[in-house]
Amino acid sequence: MKKIIMGAVIACLPFTSSAYAEDPQEGGTINVVVQPEPPSLMIGMYSNATTQQVGGNIFEGLMRYDKDLNPHPLLATAWENSEDGKTWTFHLKEGVVWHDGKPFTSADVVFSIDKLLRETNARLRGSLAFVDSITAPDDYTVVFQLNQPFGPFIRLFEVGTTPMLPKHIYAGTDYKLNPANHHPIGTGPFVFKEWKKGSFIHLAKNENYHVKGLPHIDELYWHVIPDAASRSVAFETGKIDVLPGGSVENFDVPRLTELDNACVTTDGWEFFSPHAWLWLNNRQGPTSDKRFRQAVMYSMDREFAKSVLWNDYGKIAKGPVGSKTKFYDDSLPNYEYNPEKAKALLAEMGYDGTPVRLMAMPYGETWQRWTEVIKQNLEEVGIKTQIVSTDVAGWNQKIGDWDYDISFTYLYQYGDPALGVSRTYLSNNIAKGSPWNNAEGYVNKQVDQWFNEAAVAFPDAKRAELYSKAQHQIVEDVPVAWLMELEFPTIYNCKVQNLVDSAIGVNDAFGTAWIKQ
Amino acid sequence: MNVIKSLTQNKVAMVGFGILFMFVVIALFGPYLYDGSPWRMVQRPFLPPFQNSNYILGTDTLGRDVLAGLIYGARISLLVGLVSTTIALLIGIPLGAYAGYYGGWVDEVLMRFTEIFQTVPSFALAVVLVAIFEPSVYSITGAIAIVSWPPVARLVRGEFLSLRSQEYVLAAKLNGQTNRNIIMREILPNSLSPIIVLASLMVASAILLESSLSFLGLGDPEIMSWGYMIGAAKTVIRQAWWLSFIPGIAIAITVLSLNLLGEGLNEALNPKLSGKRES
Repeated sequence: MKKIIMGAVIACLPFTSSAYAEDPQEGGTINVVVQPEPPSLMIGMYSNATTQQVGGNIFEGLMRYDKDLNPHPLLATAWENSEDGKTWTFHLKEGVVWHDGKPFTSADVVFSIDKLLRETNARLRGSLAFVDSITAPDDYTVVFQLNQPFGPFIRLFEVGTTPMLPKHIYAGTDYKLNPANHHPIGTGPFVFKEWKKGSFIHLAKNENYHVKGLPHIDELYWHVIPDAASRSVAFETGKIDVLPGGSVENFDVPRLTELDNACVTTDGWEFFSPHAWLWLNNRQGPTSDKRFRQAVMYSMDREFAKSVLWNDYGKIAKGPVGSKTKFYDDSLPNYEYNPEKAKALLAEMGYDGTPVRLMAMPYGETWQRWTEVIKQNLEEVGIKTQIVSTDVAGWNQKIGDWDYDISFTYLYQYGDPALGVSRTYLSNNIAKGSPWNNAEGYVNKQVDQWFNEAAVAFPDAKRAELYSKAQHQIVEDVPVAWLMELEFPTIYNCKVQNLVDSAIGVNDAFGTAWIKQ
Repeated sequence: MNVIKSLTQNKVAMVGFGILFMFVVIALFGPYLYDGSPWRMVQRPFLPPFQNSNYILGTDTLGRDVLAGLIYGARISLLVGLVSTTIALLIGIPLGAYAGYYGGWVDEVLMRFTEIFQTVPSFALAVVLVAIFEPSVYSITGAIAIVSWPPVARLVRGEFLSLRSQEYVLAAKLNGQTNRNIIMREILPNSLSPIIVLASLMVASAILLESSLSFLGLGDPEIMSWGYMIGAAKTVIRQAWWLSFIPGIAIAITVLSLNLLGEGLNEALNPKLSGKRES
């Protein structure tokens, strides 16, 4: 069998080292803000952005991705695809140990993907539908047998999507209740030390890390500072070195970036390209009517929100697919700000003034203000709106239990509609309990079919055609109300070097970062 | 009447009364005279005060009219203050009256119960209550009432303890009046003056409590209040200090006016003090 060998030629981890002529210096502590405090660090079961931020430095995926989304070896050193595109063989790195000293082997890979993540990660489950079997012929080889070629397969192995989890800890237990969730054990560059709830999460250098010479820094502290103004002050006083994108008030961004010694980058979000929208509950109440949902789109002054709340960072979202993601269709009709059209649609459907609940997203002040803006927009076209406030755990739960009318979210696109987009709209991805699947309850068999065909179609032109059809239909149906493609500047102290060097930014940045004394 | 005369002669108290009266008028009629919701985004954000004659106090982070916020906020502050104080009185007066009048084990039980509430820091308890019952104007009012009745009960009990052995009470007892009648008709009217003074101060502290809760983000998200305005402005205090300052002044003045009025009432209702003043 002819095989295409990839990976082996670029088998060194710090893939941007050439850009930095200076030799990295060892030692030191980096203080990072984590906002909001994550509900858990168990990256395999919680998809919250901050769970991924902290957990991504404890756990690892099989690969890392550079800013052009090309895969690079990490726990897998090389991989091959068979000629028919249906068999993927991964060769694992030898000598890797878990933080508790047990060796990392192919059994962990099979368990993580086939058992644990298949059960707990709705997004991955969608992709695993194309995988017939995952087998481990020996300790350092894993073979994926696909039922048909699946274009986005090679982009599945980033730590947030497919973290490697220890089989010897989780096998045969109730995953959600496993005590290791409170003391995560991964293979990553940092080991979990302490989590003082409401105060900080302390990670320390993994002395047995499998990449020699890494990490450079000794300690990593993630500080929980619930107040946005205090986060800015903490950065100004030097207590905090890194403000991950989205962790300070947008109002403060221009001021902070002008400080001496402050560096800023919008890199490190290529893989995610965060897409913000309003969940609209398609099952019940006024939001179950398509005309009402279209009226919501017309009622929103998104340009105002972008300029006032986001300092003009970002872009108005036209539909379900982000403009930086593959297969985005620019010919989609645009829902402009048009209150009159919204009122006409409401009159046509005979909206009787039933109040709708608008659940705020507890991700800080910008989102709180955005909730107030949306409420005002809705009320001005005659939609009676009640704001519901909650905490992060309650928000996860209410969306997962479908106990909402309208609520905010932003989700990641993962570079390909089959990975980051279709999950929100496929009707077979409706499952109670998760706030990251088709939580709005959109059912359109035709869209299902287009999405399913597009995921496995060949070549790309065929995929693009199918995705265009799906996008036009979805934009017509408005299952959710798209807000913006977000851009989050990461602000950091310039003494921190080589911070963002992958497509997922701070989520796996600290293994290669170093401090210039 | 002596009390009113004495009160009107007290200039400080009248200043307090005047300011308070102004806020009550604003709260009652302001929303009708000043059209538009305080949530409406009317101008560019961060418009400083006294720059645009339509929006005399400027606009907040989203371009909402600060003056409209103040007017609507007056309504909620006073409403919460008055209603929660009334509820606190309705709980505290009967408890204190029974404890003081009957004494013995009734007193013991009721006072131990009161102490349970007194030992918990009132603001912490209010935060917990509001968080449990989800922030709304009802839960906030209820929480403030629940944390502020114990002082009323203690005060009323003390009054009843000292009054129950007075001759007119003993006479009423000999007369064969029911206990209920004695409590309601004989003792309570004679202990009203310190209760009124306390109540006026409780309204002030209730307004402060409501503002503190809103400041912490535990306010009713549907309602514009002064505490909310300060809480929402605190992140931008460097760029726009007036957004915190203006509602802060409103709270300070209202609370001050209630304190002045309470002091005046105290002097007017307390014969010993008012006598001293005249001499």
